[in-house]
Amino acid sequence: MAVLAERARPVQDEPAGQGYWAIAWKRFKKHRLAMAGGVAILVFISAALLASVLTPYSFDQIDLYNRKALPSWSHPLGTDELGHDVLTRLLFAGRISLLVGFSAAIAAVLLGMLVGGIAGYYGGWLDNLLMRFTDVMFSLPDLPILIIIARYIGGRVDGIIFVLVIFAWMGPARLVRGELLKLRTREFTEAARAIGASDTRILARHLIPNSLAPVIVAATLTVGGAILSEAALSFLGIGIQPPTPSWGNMLQNAQDFIWTTPWLAIWPGAMIFLTVLCFNFLGDGLRDALDPRLKM
Amino acid sequence: MGRYLARRLLQMIPLVIGLSVIIFMLLAIAPGDPVDLLIFGNPKIKAEDISRLKRLYGLDQPYYIRYFKWMWAALHGDLGYSRTYKVPVLSLMWTRITNSLWLQIPAFLLALAVAIPVGIYSALRQYSSVDYAATFFTFFGVSIPAFWFAIMMIYVVAVWHPWTAVPFLNWINLPAGGFSTPGIGEGLPKYLDRLRYAFLPTIVLSLLFMASYTRYTRSSMLEVVRQDYVRTARAKGLRERVVINRHALKNAMIPLATIVALSIPGLFAGAPLTETVFGWPGVGRLLVEATLGGDFAVAQGIIIFLAALVIVFNLVADISYAMLDPRIRYD
Repeated sequence: MAVLAERARPVQDEPAGQGYWAIAWKRFKKHRLAMAGGVAILVFISAALLASVLTPYSFDQIDLYNRKALPSWSHPLGTDELGHDVLTRLLFAGRISLLVGFSAAIAAVLLGMLVGGIAGYYGGWLDNLLMRFTDVMFSLPDLPILIIIARYIGGRVDGIIFVLVIFAWMGPARLVRGELLKLRTREFTEAARAIGASDTRILARHLIPNSLAPVIVAATLTVGGAILSEAALSFLGIGIQPPTPSWGNMLQNAQDFIWTTPWLAIWPGAMIFLTVLCFNFLGDGLRDALDPRLKM
Repeated sequence: MGRYLARRLLQMIPLVIGLSVIIFMLLAIAPGDPVDLLIFGNPKIKAEDISRLKRLYGLDQPYYIRYFKWMWAALHGDLGYSRTYKVPVLSLMWTRITNSLWLQIPAFLLALAVAIPVGIYSALRQYSSVDYAATFFTFFGVSIPAFWFAIMMIYVVAVWHPWTAVPFLNWINLPAGGFSTPGIGEGLPKYLDRLRYAFLPTIVLSLLFMASYTRYTRSSMLEVVRQDYVRTARAKGLRERVVINRHALKNAMIPLATIVALSIPGLFAGAPLTETVFGWPGVGRLLVEATLGGDFAVAQGIIIFLAALVIVFNLVADISYAMLDPRIRYD
């Protein structure tokens, strides 16, 4: 059956001389929402990096004579209850939220790869132990435990990243383990073993590169998830602490003024929403591009 | 099947023990036990009073003894007292869970009632405008921060309320938060009043559920209609309606049944963020407040209960999968 399928594959699908990544990029370019998401993310990142160039104010500069001001030329998005320029705070908050999102996602995926890799490659009791631990972590309600741990660590940025990683590595770990178990029994692994390749070579040349596609997709989606979690923690007052702005703690303040200055609540939430949406579009496009066998 | 069930039940034992140890230790070593708070509130407290109080609360004993005492009491249905509310944890938990279910069950049912037909239609007419709209909606639903969505709904209802300008709709008067109107009385009026307050948070929760269930239904249906047995059914000359209802739909619902089983513990967990924004006295908000306020008996009780529910429903999901899908063979 497999042989028939090989022969039946149309040849023009993979023009000669094109590698995996070139084909993936070609497919990715066709996914308009993912392209738009990717471009938007690049714009958000550059805006956050250039925050101090783009705005004449600093994020903790207050102007008590000009509080809750409506949008104007000098304050394009108005000012908040202490007279901070809202646009300035949004840009600087973007730095924190994106930094937290990226770092937490990368750390979580690396940890997940390590745990899943060990479990999937060595199998046996080690696999059993690690996977039961993963089950335990999945059964715990995350938010209250994040609150408890966040209380120990306090509102430092590295502390919040650490806290978010605790509940974000399990998905990637299960994913990598599943991939390894699947790939271990595939013909090309058996072939490599048959011609006498060592364990490390099989792992490095065959198993890891082949399980990379779903890991990249998971990493992208994890960035969005981490940004959402950071926002939720900061919204509850235990994430990033003012005066350092994050989109979550900006919303926490804004909620109290919904009756008088509703626009303060719109922008930080809209930024969280847009950023997470873009990462989800990007992840979806990457999934289609990198691994068309994966569905959903 | 019987052997599989026995093995799974046996596997649950170390899982529950591991969970309870983690939960207990997390809260036991957290700063701010009852005596710490007393010391903080009263700088002139004497050293002998501190040790007397520590002894009174059993806080002078090693962690493992405290764990076994807690576990022993918990197994006898005693989860201790709430320091904030001065009532047994179990009764407090029960009240708050019922309050949460007032929002969760309608939101859940509404979400399924919309998501399943939309997901099926969307899969059957892939790449149609309905499919694009549904897919777009699911992306919105999984990306939106729940608390921001809730704040925006409050803005629409309490600040903007566009319908007050429309002649036939200006009777609509929805509360923007809270749980009940003071002095509403008992019986039917109380429940009708509760429904008014529950309306907005239910809609918020329901839209969030809806997004992910639509996604699951659509992908499950897409998977099934590509299967060989659906092609066979068509080739036999069966009518499209029979092919879809008998052959495709039944199989597509199997993974969905699992996902529904897996989301039931979540209903009992409440919605911490949505409940906080709307001021709904549910279990999610109680748990957040208990952990923030150092009411650890409450937090331990709720977390262990929820974790146990997750474990039980994981098993239920696996069993239902095995029963619904004869292709699945265990052991």
